[in-house]
Amino acid sequence: MATKLSPKIYVERKDRLSGGHRLCAGCGASVVVRNVLMGAKDYPVVVGAATGCLEVSTSLYPYTSWKDSYIHTAFENAAATVSGAEAAFRSLKKQGKIDKDYKFVAFGGDGGTYDIGLQSLSGALERGHDFVYVCYDNGAYMNTGFQRSGSTPLGAWTTTTPTGKVQPGKLQQRKNLTQIAAAHNIPYVAQASIHNFRDLISKAEVAFETEGPAVLVVLSTCPRGWRAEPSQSVEMARMMVQSCYWPLYEVIDGDYVINFDPKDKKIDVADWMKLQGRFSHLFKPGNENVVERLQTNVDREWDRLKKLASLSAGE
Amino acid sequence: MSTAPILAVTGNQAVAMAMKQIDPDLVAAYPITPQTDVVQQFSEFVADGLVNTEFVTVESEHSAMSACVGSASTGARTMTATSSAGFALMWEMLYIAASMRVPIVMTTVNRALSGPINIHCDHSDTMGGRDTGWMQIYNEDAQEAYDATIMGFPIAEHKDVRLPLMNMYDGFIISGAIGPLQALDDEQVKQFIGEAPTYPGLLDSEHPITVGPFDGLHGYYFEAKMTQQQAMDNALGVIQETYDRFAALTGRQYQHLMKYKMDDADIAIVVANSAAGNTRNVVDALRAEGIKAGAIKLRTFRPFPAAEYAEALAGCKAVGVMDRADSFGALGGPLYLEILATLYQYGASPKVGNFIYGLGGREIYPHDIERAFRMLKDAADGAELPKSRVYLNAKGA
Repeated sequence: MATKLSPKIYVERKDRLSGGHRLCAGCGASVVVRNVLMGAKDYPVVVGAATGCLEVSTSLYPYTSWKDSYIHTAFENAAATVSGAEAAFRSLKKQGKIDKDYKFVAFGGDGGTYDIGLQSLSGALERGHDFVYVCYDNGAYMNTGFQRSGSTPLGAWTTTTPTGKVQPGKLQQRKNLTQIAAAHNIPYVAQASIHNFRDLISKAEVAFETEGPAVLVVLSTCPRGWRAEPSQSVEMARMMVQSCYWPLYEVIDGDYVINFDPKDKKIDVADWMKLQGRFSHLFKPGNENVVERLQTNVDREWDRLKKLASLSAGE
Repeated sequence: MSTAPILAVTGNQAVAMAMKQIDPDLVAAYPITPQTDVVQQFSEFVADGLVNTEFVTVESEHSAMSACVGSASTGARTMTATSSAGFALMWEMLYIAASMRVPIVMTTVNRALSGPINIHCDHSDTMGGRDTGWMQIYNEDAQEAYDATIMGFPIAEHKDVRLPLMNMYDGFIISGAIGPLQALDDEQVKQFIGEAPTYPGLLDSEHPITVGPFDGLHGYYFEAKMTQQQAMDNALGVIQETYDRFAALTGRQYQHLMKYKMDDADIAIVVANSAAGNTRNVVDALRAEGIKAGAIKLRTFRPFPAAEYAEALAGCKAVGVMDRADSFGALGGPLYLEILATLYQYGASPKVGNFIYGLGGREIYPHDIERAFRMLKDAADGAELPKSRVYLNAKGA
């Protein structure tokens, strides 16, 4: 279970992603990577990445931002690629061809994870590879210009769910990847957010120390795709967690543990939606019901999560 | 000459046996007809602890090739096997494996591509993959498939090559039928393939590397492709050297193209894989009639030994190219196009006909091949060859 870490770790642990990468101001992806890799402590790490913003912005040949060994092959297969490297490591280690220990991590956006990469992720989780899969989830295919994904919230404008005369943005609810990952009966799954660094590092530590597959689904921000102020990224993520749209929780050997319960400080989804231009059409007359539906869905999922947590606690 | 006992095995058994003797560090594969038996048999070796291999039982061929690229990028010796639709599902990753210069060795048991869905042999799968950047070696029978598998790593891992390599043989006809095999003993295989060379890989934390970077707008994609072609050019020599080294060990001498009675041939057929045997039989029958017929069996297709084909065919009056795959909308089948281009470029001008055969496992009989030869004979005597495809043993054709 994630424990509260001392802020000292920021000076004790090295930063494994170099500055000078090409990610946008206010993008959450580099925050996810830096904090997750701090969770690997001093282990050498092999990093894999799916095609996406993170990949194109950190490995622009002949430069690289990665201080560890890094591999990118394609979009839908970060988990499969890293599973091959991890299995090769086990083979070489078992045969005495190498002696050092390595940790393995794959990063993918929500496109590379919820949608096109779901099959290869599911296969790698089921096969039990000892690796950490991290989804930096900003809720659309931002790299190709803000198209909808399986993680895009109901009602959001994207370039493939434009707000038209008869359709108010995305018509469907997002799917719940964290619970899909948990349904693989793997030892560790957690949801985290870029606004809470220490919680994220702590979860990454648990994930790296866990034998077998671990999945971290991290709320990430995209000011470009969200039509929002880059300076508001961390605050928006904090509010999305505060509203229980993005609960911080862990699933440890099947048991649910909620890490943060806002209780009477829970805010409405509309509070953060108003900061994001992708929802602006929903605050015009006639679309109130979409915001209400999103609020209802969030409340229902939060209630269900609380029930799972209390069931897990034996209450 | 080898004094090894002659075993009776299927093509798939022969290849699984070769894989066991190679004992690769990793195999990632997904079962598909008619390759299935390779994967199943290899699983038994894993289950019985007869190999050191990590066997990654992936959920698809796309993930098979993805895992293979991840594995080979650590320096681990990596193998896989597939057929048909599985090969097609790997498509994206085949290009990536070749461009990342990882020396993966793959068996592809040739099978038709859907649709209509058909599990039988033709060469649509790997002929479609001829431009992926993989080396391609086509094999007639179980012995050739076994031998080519053993020769895979020394070619693919060679410092002047560093490209993935695929070995083909015909689905069912060879994969599932029992034929003779003289196997090497384990020690011979070990010595022949040697230790895997080291090259920069993911598991060297003292020297971390970034592989598969983004070309961006800086523009080295073009030059990277040029180095792939350079490696293909180098491979032509390395493959022949490996064939020769193998011959010194076993007495079985392979060439890029296997010529049969070509020295004085007026007419000749170029053919790949299992149909080569019947083609040679027909050559013998025609020779008995006094017709100067010959045959060339394709082995190395990528890289393409163009100069050798030009030389072998220059003296012919008419050449027939048998394609077990088509290139829809093109002038003819893929092998035909390659031979035509070669002859033009080298200034040789026999008449050339294209014979499409065996699609979806359609039988090819000696009399079908004889029909093709008779057309070539007529052409040699002055008749014209059809400019379009001639279909052998098609219903209603």
